[in-house]
Amino acid sequence: MSYKTMVGSLDSYDKGTIDLNDDLKHYAFSNIFEICNESAPYERIMVASNLEYCAEVARAEGSSPWYTAPHDEFAIVMEGEIEFEFYQLEDDEKPTHDAGAIKLGADPKGKRMGKVTARRGHEVLLPQGAAYQLRSEKPGVVLIQTSAGPESVEKWSEICVLK
Amino acid sequence: MNTEVTREKVLVIASEPDPVLGYRSFQFGGFKFTRDAYFVHVDWPKGTHTIEVDRFLRAMVRDIGWGFFYGWIFFDDVFGTQNHYGTVDIYAGAYSKGHKETGVDYLETFNTDDVRVAFETISKDWINEGYDPLSAPLETGSPLGAKQQEASGPLIRGFEPARRMLGLPGDVQPRSDESGHPINRAFADMEFDHPDIEVEPGFEDQVHAFNLFDHIARADVTWNPSFTSITQACICCVTSEEHMLPVIHGNDRNEWFIQLTDEIHWNIQDKDTGNPRGRIVMKSGDVCAMPADIRHQGYSPKRSMLMVLENGTPGLDEKYANGELEPFPITASRW
Repeated sequence: MSYKTMVGSLDSYDKGTIDLNDDLKHYAFSNIFEICNESAPYERIMVASNLEYCAEVARAEGSSPWYTAPHDEFAIVMEGEIEFEFYQLEDDEKPTHDAGAIKLGADPKGKRMGKVTARRGHEVLLPQGAAYQLRSEKPGVVLIQTSAGPESVEKWSEICVLK
Repeated sequence: MNTEVTREKVLVIASEPDPVLGYRSFQFGGFKFTRDAYFVHVDWPKGTHTIEVDRFLRAMVRDIGWGFFYGWIFFDDVFGTQNHYGTVDIYAGAYSKGHKETGVDYLETFNTDDVRVAFETISKDWINEGYDPLSAPLETGSPLGAKQQEASGPLIRGFEPARRMLGLPGDVQPRSDESGHPINRAFADMEFDHPDIEVEPGFEDQVHAFNLFDHIARADVTWNPSFTSITQACICCVTSEEHMLPVIHGNDRNEWFIQLTDEIHWNIQDKDTGNPRGRIVMKSGDVCAMPADIRHQGYSPKRSMLMVLENGTPGLDEKYANGELEPFPITASRW
């Protein structure tokens, strides 16, 4: 018996269904490929929210701003090939906010830490204490496990199935 | 409700083996557990209930491995456990309208370690070699019939959680051929490669990546989420799902599902009454919250990859239970 594994993409995804005798807002049902087909590059759109924690999805295309966060984050590439460049933060670059990603505002000044080139299914550590930048020649999709922060975009009414 | 709270240590008491089928029966607190060739029979002071043996064993070993998980684990609509993180309720009919109305519902609270020991003791006696309740039904033998040789492998596996992220130096490592985890037959059509990593000296524990899909595709267990990355109390778990979730999960907090591949069909019920609320079909790329006021049970026609996001903050169960937090994640002002 052979199997065919179905993995969505920007060009081809088959969204599921939600049929409930309940308020659909309680379930916030969305699809990351559909969202990234409509969003601007590196708009970090919240798709899951658990009190202070969240998951964001972003369309990776071109170069992102430099980001940092006061805690670890984790990125999972769901489509495409994405480069993640890492630099160590200098003391005056370290974030002072509580949680979530924030733009650095300028190129990082610290030591280069390294680079990861990741493709579909790869998970990348975005470590606390680092600045990171994403680059992708072609449109891709990245899912980020993080906390809600200054760069998190909430537009639940636009992305979720409501009826 | 008929309830008992047992704070002192409770031992599970085994009978002599049944002269025909060979299985022992077990008394644990007010509950008595007996199995025959096809079924498990649960008795308590005012009632009795029967569960198909495969379903019972699949539920019980996962309940042990999950450490009784978050909230309620319904083995079926009648029998199950609730985790209080230090104590565990075992109940029969406590969330079943018919049982409650007739006064035959029962709930007894035990210390967590006592329940774990009891469930392990029962499972070991009732699981024969060749049957593995953590495997998909197509990948294992039958639990039916008389007692044969007890299974020799570990009762639970696949539950070792990463502390920061899988694959980091000193942390839990992803599955591999070397660890004895080949790619599962259901993902043989996928291509798996490794990320390209350039690390400057001194940053080996900071610049890190691995193939998460490869790790999931090598799982030899189903419906068994394990930690892969943790930031503060935000826990990412991944799991391979095939056939049906052998429990009905009623969470004591909100959780989120992200369907990575293929599809899972979820039946949704009211948590307190078990009344059906409807159905959700999640396909690759879909994201959906599982609110804190529901029970859910999943069906995966083909082995699929699922990501689960949990908030492990201590005390959340009480905040949802007392109404301090609403039982759904996106509050009205955020829409």
